[in-house]
Amino acid sequence: MSEFLQILLSGVLLGGLLALYATGLSLVFGVMRIVNLAHGDLIVLAAYLILLLVEATGAGPGWWLLPVAVLMFALGWLYQRFVLERTLGLGLMPPLVVGFGLSIVLQNALLELFSADTRRVPAGGIETASLALGPLTVGVYPLLVFLAAVVLLVSLELVFARTDFGRRLRATADDPVTVRLVGVSPRSVYALAMGLSFAVCGVAGVLMGVWTNFAPSDGPIRLLWAFEAVIIGGLGSLWGTLVGGMVLGVAISVGGWIDPGLQMLFGHLAFVAVLAVRPQGLFPARGGAA
Amino acid sequence: MSAGARTTAATAAPARSPLRLSVPLTVLAFLVLTLLPLWTERRVLNDLFGVLTLFALAQYWNLLAGYAGLVSIGQHAYVGIGAYVLFAAGIFLGLDPLTGILLAGIAAAALSVPAGLFIFRLGGAYFAVATWVAAEIFRLLAARITPLGGGAGTSLPPSVMELLPGVVEIRHLFGVPTGAARDIVLYWTALALAAFALWMSWALLRSRPGLALAAVRDDERAAAGLGVDVRAVKFLVHVFAAFGAGATGALIFLDIGRISPAAAFSVLDWTAYVIFVVVLGGFGRLEGPLLGAVLFFVLEKAFADYGSWYLMALGLLGVLVMLFAPHGLWGWLERRFALEWFATRRVPPASAVPPYDSRSSTQREGRSP
Repeated sequence: MSEFLQILLSGVLLGGLLALYATGLSLVFGVMRIVNLAHGDLIVLAAYLILLLVEATGAGPGWWLLPVAVLMFALGWLYQRFVLERTLGLGLMPPLVVGFGLSIVLQNALLELFSADTRRVPAGGIETASLALGPLTVGVYPLLVFLAAVVLLVSLELVFARTDFGRRLRATADDPVTVRLVGVSPRSVYALAMGLSFAVCGVAGVLMGVWTNFAPSDGPIRLLWAFEAVIIGGLGSLWGTLVGGMVLGVAISVGGWIDPGLQMLFGHLAFVAVLAVRPQGLFPARGGAA
Repeated sequence: MSAGARTTAATAAPARSPLRLSVPLTVLAFLVLTLLPLWTERRVLNDLFGVLTLFALAQYWNLLAGYAGLVSIGQHAYVGIGAYVLFAAGIFLGLDPLTGILLAGIAAAALSVPAGLFIFRLGGAYFAVATWVAAEIFRLLAARITPLGGGAGTSLPPSVMELLPGVVEIRHLFGVPTGAARDIVLYWTALALAAFALWMSWALLRSRPGLALAAVRDDERAAAGLGVDVRAVKFLVHVFAAFGAGATGALIFLDIGRISPAAAFSVLDWTAYVIFVVVLGGFGRLEGPLLGAVLFFVLEKAFADYGSWYLMALGLLGVLVMLFAPHGLWGWLERRFALEWFATRRVPPASAVPPYDSRSSTQREGRSP
C-alpha cells in the first residue's frame, strides 16, 4: 500500500514539471489558436543551454535560471516577430509546418553540437536528497520543482487576471479584430505571448535538465506530454493544466511501476481515456486566454 | 478564407487545362514507365521505386491536408501498421505479399476508424498533435508484439518473399535472375500504387464529393450551411488516406525486408519527409507531390551523406518555402506560366461572375474568366 502511495506521490510531483511543459503550449494556443510543434525541442534546448552555462562557469543551475528564461523570452519574441508572423491568417498548415521544420533544425543542431549521448545538469547533490514523510520518502528536488511550478502558475494567473498586459492578452484571444479599435496591436501581443511561452519552456527545460537525463531527440515526447496535460486539464485553464499534469504524471509513474516499458503507453492511455469520457477536459475554462 | 482557397465553387464544368494533351500524355508516361523494365537496369528501377512510393505517400497526405484541411502529422501510424500487417500476414498466415499489401491497406483503414473517432474530437492545430499521439500509441503497441520481435523487430523470412506472384513468369519472359525479377514485380506494384493514388485523387476531386471537399476547405461554415456533411466527408478522406499509407508502407517494408517499431513508425521518414515533399512541390495541387518527390529524391541522392547537416538544411528549406512560396514550386510554375496539368478546379461560366473578380484574380493572374 505504501509502495503504491509512493508511486502516486512521485507521479503528482512529476505533474508539476509536466504542467510547466504544458503552460506555454496552452498560452500560445489560447491566444493565437496555433500549436508550436517545436515546443518540446525548445525545452530540450534550454536544458542544453543551462548545461553549457553550468559547465562553463561552475555556478549552480539556480543562478542561471533567470538568464536562460530571459534569453528564451527574447528568442520567442524574435521568432514570432520575424518568422511566425508571416504565417498569420494563412490558415492552419503554415504555422504547423514552420514549427515542424524548426523542430528538425533544433534536433539536428543539438545532435551536431552535443552528440546523441544522454546528458544531465549537475546540481551539487540536491537532485538526490530526500525527506522522510511518515512511511513515504519525498525527493527534495521534485518537491521544489512542484512548488516552483505552483508559484509560476499563480504568478501567471495574476498577470493574466490583474495586469494591463493580461487584459490585452485576454481581449486579443477573444477577438483580435475588435481589440484594434481600442488601440491594442494583436501582433505585439502575439510576440509577447510567444516570448512568455518560450520563457516558460526555458524554466521547464532548466528544471528538467537537473531532474532527468536528456538527449537531442527528446523534444517530441515533451511536446506530446505538454499537449496531453492541456487536453486532460481542459482548454484555457492554468489550474486545469496543473491537474492535467498531475493526472498524466500519476499515469506515467503507475505504468512505470508495472513495467518500465509501459511508462509512456500509460501516459497516452490516460489522455485517451479523458478524451473518451470528457473531451472538454477535466476543468475547462469558461473564457479567458491561457 | 484560407491560403489554399483557389477553387471557385460553381456548377460549371471543370476548367479546361491549358495543356489539353495532359490526360493522354499522363497515360503515355504511365505506359512508358510500365515498359521501362524492358530496357533499364535494376538500379534505375530501385531508384524509381523510391520515388513512386514517396509520391504515393505524399499524394495521400496532400489529399488529407491540402484538400480536406486535415493537417495530420501522424501518417507514420498507418505506414507502420501496414508494414506490421504485411509481415504478420506473411509469417503467420502464409499469405503472398501482394495479398498482404491489400490486407495491410484494409487493416490500416479499419484501425483509422477508432483512432479517428478520438482524434476528430479535437479541432484545428490540436487535431494535428493528436494524430501524432495516435501514432505513438500504435508504435508502443507494436513494440509489445513479441511474435514479431517486440522492440527489436524481425526480418521477413525468405519463404514469404518466395510467394511473391509473377516472379517465375518474369524470370522466363525477361531472362533475368530471380532477384531482378522480384525487383520488377516490386517496381510494378509501386507504379500501380502511385497511379492509383493519383487517379483516385484526380477522380475524387472532379466528383461531387470532391466539390464538397473544396467547399469545406474554402469555408467550412458556408459549406455546412449549403448542406455538406463536413464531418462525414473529412472522415472518409481520413480513412482513405490511411488505406493508402498502409498499402504503401507495406510495399516499402516488403522491399526493405525488415521491420522494427522505430523504423516502421518513424516520424521523420514517413511524416516529415512526406510533408516536406508536398510543401516543396506544391500544397493542394495534384502535381505538387509528383514534382516534390522527384526533387526530394535528387536532394537525398546528392546530400544525404551530410547526415544531420543535411536534415538541418532540409528543415530550414521547408520553413523558407512555407514562408516565401507557400504554394511550392508547382504553385510558382502555375502562376508564372498559367499551367495546370491535372485539371481539378472549376471555373464559373463568364456570365456568372463580374468581369473583374478582385478576389480570385490575385490567385489566378492572367487566367480570369
